[in-house]
Amino acid sequence: MTSFAANTEMIAAREAPDQRRGVAGWLRANLFSGPINSVVSVITIVILARLLWPFIEWAIVDADWLGSTREDCTGEGACWVFISARFESIVYGFYPEAARWRVDIVFAMLAALIAWLAIPRLPAKRWVGLFALVGFPLVAYYLLVGGHFGLMYVPTREWGGLMLTLTVATVGIVGSLPIGVLLALGRRSSMPLVKGVCVLFIEFWRGVPLITVLFMASVMLPLFVPSEIEFDKLLRALIGIMFFWSAYMAEVVRGGLQAIDKGQNEAGQALGLGYWQRMGLIVLPQALKLVIPGIVNTFIALFKDTSLVLIIGLFDLLAIIRAGLTDTNWLGFATEGYVFAALVFWIFCFSMSRYSQYIERKLHTGHER
Amino acid sequence: MNTPAASASNGPMIEIKRLNKWYGDFHVLRDIDLTVTRGERIVICGPSGSGKSTMIRCINHLEEHQQGEVVVNGIAMTQDVKRIEQIRRHVGMVFQHFNLFPHLSVLENCCLSQVWVQKKPRAEAEATAMEYLERVQIANQAHKYPGQLSGGQQQRVAIARALCMRPDVMLFDEPTSALDPEMIKEVLDVMIELAHEGMTMLCVTHEMGFAKTVADRVIFMDQGQIIEEAPPESFFNNPRSERTRLFLSQILGH
Repeated sequence: MTSFAANTEMIAAREAPDQRRGVAGWLRANLFSGPINSVVSVITIVILARLLWPFIEWAIVDADWLGSTREDCTGEGACWVFISARFESIVYGFYPEAARWRVDIVFAMLAALIAWLAIPRLPAKRWVGLFALVGFPLVAYYLLVGGHFGLMYVPTREWGGLMLTLTVATVGIVGSLPIGVLLALGRRSSMPLVKGVCVLFIEFWRGVPLITVLFMASVMLPLFVPSEIEFDKLLRALIGIMFFWSAYMAEVVRGGLQAIDKGQNEAGQALGLGYWQRMGLIVLPQALKLVIPGIVNTFIALFKDTSLVLIIGLFDLLAIIRAGLTDTNWLGFATEGYVFAALVFWIFCFSMSRYSQYIERKLHTGHER
Repeated sequence: MNTPAASASNGPMIEIKRLNKWYGDFHVLRDIDLTVTRGERIVICGPSGSGKSTMIRCINHLEEHQQGEVVVNGIAMTQDVKRIEQIRRHVGMVFQHFNLFPHLSVLENCCLSQVWVQKKPRAEAEATAMEYLERVQIANQAHKYPGQLSGGQQQRVAIARALCMRPDVMLFDEPTSALDPEMIKEVLDVMIELAHEGMTMLCVTHEMGFAKTVADRVIFMDQGQIIEEAPPESFFNNPRSERTRLFLSQILGH
């Protein structure tokens, strides 16, 4: 056949070759594709099973689930009765029993708001978001603290457990992101004063350990502030945590800002958009999308580090469980306590991680430039 | 001082007087004088690094100049942000790399500044956007994202986006340089049509065919200066400067 001929017939599209679908196909393709791979797979599975089985046996198979005292536990496996007996205090801390319904309402509202904002199908995102940022904190504050509208006053030293952990984490997350964004923008500002202040702020908070921040907030601050002004300990910790993490957030966001082509900003300028419009409509949506993994990474780190508040005498989830370990009726259940605490933290952090991956996929608008 | 409305109907579209600019110690623009009348089409060419892009970017203050005067539509450029934004509303710009907003659909790209700068109602902005997308023959792609379009299509969207602001003058900064050869024509066709409709245009381009077809004046720049300016016939047929001749032989010589 001569190589100068023109192809007059188009080749019809054909189906792609067998992709080895299904469980069996997947196993064959990934675990048992050859003799060596098969041997390695079998050995790995055996090792995994040997390592995991004792834990599963302890945590599930031999575990005791029902009862109310330690006598209900046989002692062979985990004694989850320890957790279920203390469940109320793990969730509410020392919050007065009569007022716990208020915490429940706040929990329910928080869950509903998060679900509403997280599920793309639901409408009126803007209003719900506005309420989540403005209305909800007010409602939550008045419900949790009380002292108005006939509600009993509950000082923050009686807060504790999961509700405290979630309070600290939520305030930290909701506060640190916007502050971080502003700091990141400020650090790239052409105004020397703004830039200087932001750099100073970021480098200061990033340079001190969180524990130091918390100690400063709880021990040092009262020394400098006149004694008549009573500054709530939890509030001080919250402000410290917010500033500390906003500095990290600022650097994550700055990474995203730097990755955006400056032509984007120029196109906005050429169209007559002002600085805040260019940032809010063009640059930030792209930059933030780019650094979702970094932002969520920071959220997760923040969430886990909320347990550090125990060193200034606030009883978060972990501290409440630790306190329970010293209960003379329940000595010797440290493993159960810590495993449960780890599980609770893991569930929250893993959910954030999964949701961020989902959001990343959803925001992908086809091929990038 | 003249109000913009009063000065808009008469006088030149753009007046540049003894414009000088430095990047650090590097003198990029040297004593540029240029007056563009209403409806005039100007093509600016020159070797890379000659300052042609920098010059047109001074017209909407994407670049700041250190000396000289830039007056657009009767409004003198100052440092004042409000004044700059006022000027930018009358000046459309098309970039070499399109600079469409990749997170917004084609339609949203065209509506953004209408809604936020001109404060138009959404429906009106969309109608205007569709009208211009129709004119650049890309209305059927209005709901796609820029990343899903070819380079030529993206550049046509960019032109439509700039036109949506109903500018008095359009700046083109090498609009076809980043395009694959087979897409250059579709963009040039749109630009030629725009020129025939009487739009005031300043184009930095190496498309000499385009210059011959539509330009009233061709400007040759080298090392930050305007070396030669002439109508296309005399510019291409009897260039007066040696450097212009050399440049033309380099880009037309193959």
